[in-house]
Amino acid sequence: MEGREKIIQDIEKMARRMRGHVLETSLAAGASSSHFGGGLSIVDITATLYGAIMKFDKDNPLWSERDRFILSKGHGCLGYYTALVEAGFISIEELVQTFERTNTDLPGHPVINKKKGIEFSNGSLGMGLSLGIGVALAGRRRNRTYKVYVIMGDGECNEGSVWEAIMAAPHFKLDQLVAFIDRNNFQQTGANEEIMNIGDVGQKFISFGWNVLEIDGHDIGEIYDALLKETVPGKPTAIVAHTIKGKGFSFSENNNDWHHKILSKSQYELALTELNND
Amino acid sequence: MEISDKELKQWSRIGSRAAFGIAALELGATVDDLIILSGDTSTSAGLERFKKSYPEKFQDVGIAEQNMMGIAAGLASEGITVYTATFAPFQTMRCCEQIKVNLGYMSHKVCFVGLASGLVLGNLGYTHCSIEDVAVMRSIPNISVVSPADCGETVKAVLAAAEYGSSVYIRLTGEAKNPAVYKTDYDFEIGKAITLREGEDITIIAGGTMVYKSLQAAEMLSESGLSVAVVNMHTVKPIDITVIDRACETTKLLVTIEEHSVIGGLGSAVAEYKSTLVNTPPQFTIGIPDTYSKAGEYADLLQTHGLSSEQIAENIASKYEILSS
Repeated sequence: MEGREKIIQDIEKMARRMRGHVLETSLAAGASSSHFGGGLSIVDITATLYGAIMKFDKDNPLWSERDRFILSKGHGCLGYYTALVEAGFISIEELVQTFERTNTDLPGHPVINKKKGIEFSNGSLGMGLSLGIGVALAGRRRNRTYKVYVIMGDGECNEGSVWEAIMAAPHFKLDQLVAFIDRNNFQQTGANEEIMNIGDVGQKFISFGWNVLEIDGHDIGEIYDALLKETVPGKPTAIVAHTIKGKGFSFSENNNDWHHKILSKSQYELALTELNND
Repeated sequence: MEISDKELKQWSRIGSRAAFGIAALELGATVDDLIILSGDTSTSAGLERFKKSYPEKFQDVGIAEQNMMGIAAGLASEGITVYTATFAPFQTMRCCEQIKVNLGYMSHKVCFVGLASGLVLGNLGYTHCSIEDVAVMRSIPNISVVSPADCGETVKAVLAAAEYGSSVYIRLTGEAKNPAVYKTDYDFEIGKAITLREGEDITIIAGGTMVYKSLQAAEMLSESGLSVAVVNMHTVKPIDITVIDRACETTKLLVTIEEHSVIGGLGSAVAEYKSTLVNTPPQFTIGIPDTYSKAGEYADLLQTHGLSSEQIAENIASKYEILSS
């Protein structure tokens, strides 16, 4: 267990650094604003994936056996870019200085750039799981052992195409496919319950034939254990991660104003204090 | 693939969808890393033999076109040669956003085949007709649009698409009895139009089923003393500007004919280029007007929209007469 505890501690530290990167980036973005809340809700998941689970080689980004990652909820890119910083694909300077700027490689939704570890462009919701199915089918066809990780939002699950893909993955018996549902209970303009209630999303996945795990999406130990758990042969795995939109800072947690908002200097300073005292 | 005169004749009796099935068999035999995806349309796409002969290269994804295009792009991102096929409205507009992001924005290469485009399923109503697909697909960067003139050209276009440098939308038109424009094999290249007939008064630029009708109309017009050139503009994007230049230099009226809305298709593509030139002859755009007519048999709908050979010839003759007077 000592090994596990050390790993979890390291990921926790990495997630804290990533939240710091999010603050720097959001502050630098200034008036162009950023998707703050939905980026912070996935930080602990992406930290665990890039910090301890996924196989990749930043010096050989096209390595055929690398695990594939798809941020289907592309607006959560702050939770993705900051993991790529920690993984060594991009520098913190590039992120802070170019995020959402003209001619950037790092706009407000990811753009395919394999050298920087970005497998696909995303932003139009409801598309990532289908891509993941294609990538998983290709891997099986070529006897590759890579896994495919997709992160979807709970609001994103409003999209009909998501359910086409949810139906197809068990049909194709894609047990190398893992989909996270970032269950932060909010979407752009309000709570899921008000806008479009997706109800017990885990049960819905189960009824479609998935292996489903429900976890606290901010408990690194739970995320780590869920990802190490043996998969069910022939079934894709859905991990319903119960999260807090805007996680990490008093003013943004569960406050949907922070879906997309400018971070002021005073808020930045408060957040930094909270992060350092955490 | 060598194609015999006999095959061209045979294929003209099976229609473009079955011709796609023939091209698929050739792909199956020659392309190792191939997958053809179907949206519960294997029979409609003429893929039954392919499915039996190359089960490992066939994958049905059910009636879910958005998911189909996502899966196609995922497979393509891993270097697999991917084709998809379903009815044209569902192959283009139902999954338009997936095409834009996955094939356009990200440039993942997929050859996607729209079955029964145009008016051929008119008796089923306009849910199953496709008079908007060229306009919509043409506006997306990194996607080429090909509309084969007959069954032989369908086979050649499907095979050429595998080698082409971007995604290709292949628009299949016409019914099972699909008259052959080409009686003998010829060179086909995506983006390179083919002049089928020379003329000095009028140039008709057509695509899909309208190529054959244009040849018939040109023959009728020649009987009344007009000299009419006919160009098979099988590729709407990228459009072959050299034949437009030549038509403007050598003839006094350009006519575009398509089994598609007059908005955004071949006529628009020609006009977009022609409008950049000076001292050009006028252009007469023949196609389906900006409306949905009542449903009906294919031949009747072509008649309704003025797309029979006789109507084409009459309309061109009267237009030319007005211009000359």
